[in-house]
Amino acid sequence: MNRHGSPEATDREGRAVWFLRGVWRSFSIPGLVLVSAFIGFAGLAREAGLTLAQTVFMTGIVWALPAKVVLVGAVLSGNSLPAATFAVALSSVRLAPMVVALTPELRTEKTRPWVLYFLSHFVAVTSWVLAMESLRRVPRDMRTVYYAGLGSTLVLVNMAVVAVVFLVASRLPPQMSAALFFLTPVYFLTSLWGSARERAGHVAMVLGLAAGPVFHVLLPGFDLLAAGVIGGGLAYAWHRAQRRREFVG
Amino acid sequence: MTFLAIDAWWWPFVFILVAGWLATDGWRFLGVYLGGKMSEESDILVFVRCIATALVAAVIANLLVFPGGALADSPLALRIAAAAVSFGTYLAARKNILLGILAGEAVLLTGLYLL
Repeated sequence: MNRHGSPEATDREGRAVWFLRGVWRSFSIPGLVLVSAFIGFAGLAREAGLTLAQTVFMTGIVWALPAKVVLVGAVLSGNSLPAATFAVALSSVRLAPMVVALTPELRTEKTRPWVLYFLSHFVAVTSWVLAMESLRRVPRDMRTVYYAGLGSTLVLVNMAVVAVVFLVASRLPPQMSAALFFLTPVYFLTSLWGSARERAGHVAMVLGLAAGPVFHVLLPGFDLLAAGVIGGGLAYAWHRAQRRREFVG
Repeated sequence: MTFLAIDAWWWPFVFILVAGWLATDGWRFLGVYLGGKMSEESDILVFVRCIATALVAAVIANLLVFPGGALADSPLALRIAAAAVSFGTYLAARKNILLGILAGEAVLLTGLYLL
């Protein structure tokens, strides 16, 4: 028994414990891979001409790394605000179904809506995978607290990582700066392949890799949108054709 | 209206808020609002994932082919070779991302210091 006795105190302590367990959960292999990706992102943003404040702000406010890489890519390509917004939005639609899958796991009948809207900001691939894995071992009424601990730690740690890399990067020799910049493309080259749910995802990745540089030359300013819509559209057409063939024979 | 279009301290932050925050949290909030009305398996989501994947892949290819900053001085062939080794190692090491990254970086740094 708890020596404070009153149910409120027990509840408060339970919440603190589960918050800390969420914090602790973020220190994991996926969390480590994410930190390495943010080290690379900081190098990328710095080379793209963003300031420390802009990059840390972007890390906290956008959070999802693919969206940020597309955003910095749009800045580098000199895209206008509407084109950049559209490209980032297209790259981030998948956040909606991820939140749809996570919300029922977090919610109890008493959960207030603003809590769910607030927590949804922490949804990005890593926190989502970690949460979907561990939530079923968390008591239902402690799940929002647990996810708040997990999500906020990942965001805050990586904001700090970005700031530190930004400060250190100016003192690196050029070879190391180049290696830092190179981290982002190689991270996504591998993680994007692994995250594909169906074969069409691999087709979309290969088509996007080819279409990016082509449209960079042909359609400057709209290169990302064109590559995404055309490459992704063709991959989807392939997916449909493939399935029809399965149905026929 | 590019990132550098307006020479004021606040403009990049507005750009990040609209093109970054609005374009991501909009989807997250829609997800909370829709609750259980969307299925992970529906066909429209395959389409959505295809476009998102192709978009991010396009950014990656542009970063490799037309890099900025310190990487811009390296030969294209070296960058492509390092990326290929990275991806090959990742597949050979049963989709280990960290090993893939380390192998690619090793090739790149070796090339940069030797050339």
